[in-house]
Amino acid sequence: MSSRVWRLLKTYTVLVYGFMFAPIVVVLILAFNNSQFGGFPIEGFSLRWFYELAENEAIIRALRTSVTLGMLTALIATTLGVLASMALVRYQFRGKQWITTFLISPVLVPETVLAVGLLIFLRWLHMPRSFGLLLIGHSIIALPFVVLVVQARLIGIRRDYEEAARSLGASPVQTFFQITLPLLMPAVFAGALFAFTISFDNITATIFWRPSGMETVPTQIFGMLRNSVSPEINALGFVMICITVGLPLLAGGLARYFSRRKV
Amino acid sequence: MARVELKSVRKQFGPVVAVHGADVVFEEGSFTTLLGPSGCGKTTILRMVSGLEKPTSGDIEIGGNRINDVPIHKRNLGLVFQNYALFPHRTIGENIAFGLKYRDVPKSEMARKVTEALDIVRLPGVEDRYPSQLSGGQQQRIALARAIVIEPDVLLLDEPLSALDANLREEMRVELKTIQDRIGVTSIFVTHDQSEALAMSDKIIVMSAGRIEQVGTPEEVYNTPASEFVAGFLGAANLLQARVINRDATHVVLETAEFGQTPVPLSHAATLGQSNDAKLMVRAEKLTLGPKGSDGVAAKVEAVDYQGQLARYFLRVGDTQLQAMNMIDGAPFGAGETVALSMNPDACAALPVGGPA
Repeated sequence: MSSRVWRLLKTYTVLVYGFMFAPIVVVLILAFNNSQFGGFPIEGFSLRWFYELAENEAIIRALRTSVTLGMLTALIATTLGVLASMALVRYQFRGKQWITTFLISPVLVPETVLAVGLLIFLRWLHMPRSFGLLLIGHSIIALPFVVLVVQARLIGIRRDYEEAARSLGASPVQTFFQITLPLLMPAVFAGALFAFTISFDNITATIFWRPSGMETVPTQIFGMLRNSVSPEINALGFVMICITVGLPLLAGGLARYFSRRKV
Repeated sequence: MARVELKSVRKQFGPVVAVHGADVVFEEGSFTTLLGPSGCGKTTILRMVSGLEKPTSGDIEIGGNRINDVPIHKRNLGLVFQNYALFPHRTIGENIAFGLKYRDVPKSEMARKVTEALDIVRLPGVEDRYPSQLSGGQQQRIALARAIVIEPDVLLLDEPLSALDANLREEMRVELKTIQDRIGVTSIFVTHDQSEALAMSDKIIVMSAGRIEQVGTPEEVYNTPASEFVAGFLGAANLLQARVINRDATHVVLETAEFGQTPVPLSHAATLGQSNDAKLMVRAEKLTLGPKGSDGVAAKVEAVDYQGQLARYFLRVGDTQLQAMNMIDGAPFGAGETVALSMNPDACAALPVGGPA
């Protein structure tokens, strides 16, 4: 390819990434803007919106809900995901293909459809919307990601580790906790992080499922935006970016640190 | 230590029969090799003894007890894999001690046993390292230490040397045999490598396509193979079309187009039966080349594969191609030369045509 085409391609790529990341950068910058309004021009550096954020009870409550919801979602989706992966990778049974498809399907089905479906199902069971429902819903949405990550790793773990452990006297359950789970840990951890992030970010389905009066961070922001663009939202955006980007980076770093220590 | 017995054990995977009713005895304290090409069912037999597979029918006994329904972790077996299967997240010491945890061994005793096992495999002092810090040969020694430290009733070795490079493999097989002799554990060894089988075994079980072709000592299977398959799988053999022209109390006389009449001792014709069609087996190293004009059948050298102290000759007698392997005394014969081929009939064997009779 000629250098002119290359240059064009490079420029185009830079532009695409620019358009993708510019809004995020804008939010990050505006979070520190000492202005009455959540926009340009910059009037000076200040942490004032972070202080206001910390004193906004509604937001703190939403943040607490989101974190609790995210952690419980991670716990449930990871536990189920690991068990499902074990069954799908290590055992033979009838209808395996169908179950795989079924477990992965929440990724393929539009979220709105999934949300309405679960809601109608709950209505049919005469159950009110609740935190529990929200938790179940988020776990369903997060489960496929956990299954995909854990399954991929489990396929890579040779069976003879488990067979060796069994031959040495470990029962199937002991083998799982002593050998399989430790070897699977990086994927379990990654899956849990995925699940947390997915739950923490989710808005579409959450709007359908949350009981009245309960807000997560995304629905809270959405609600605040309906009135006006408060500069607090920029600060909140900064916090959310820190959590959703920082957490996986931290985990990756930790994983690398531990694996280096061992080898 | 215990005797292992398979009674008409059969294994089927879906429509595929992996093992056709096998009756085998692994004597107490013996080193028995299951030998055959890949897919012959040897690994399936090993996995059934270990409990990793369940026989479709038939019984497996260890020390006289039927163990078909005993799960693997209650069988007290030592298992060594081709890829070592050391737990990568555990130190060498923890790997070896793994089986002891399930055997009510006190802590102090445990450390002593681990040290002892490491001494046996001649790798003392590596307790605190991780498997990835050891070479392949060392990892396989650790795998062996982990398997023998629990004092298993039976030691099962699934191609344990295949992943090692050639020099190390020969060194390890001597060592493995020495260790087995020393601790005297009943061992079942699976391999597709005939030289490993011949060098290490008390008894060899040759398998092909899910069936046992022959059971015998290394000398027996090498010198008096029961079938064409066994003759061809171990060493280099020439198999010649032959007719039985006479039988007496001590010999069977075979006639071949290449060598005329050859009296084969009866002990080398055990599986021949009453058929008049037969195969005469002559080992490549039992065909001796002499200079043109000396005693023997005239043959033409077509190619020479020079191997240092040995030369492998590809010869032609009439329409038949033969292989001979001779020590080189002076200069080897060259391609295109005519030589005189001779052999000792006592070193030949008479085999039935096709499968075992």
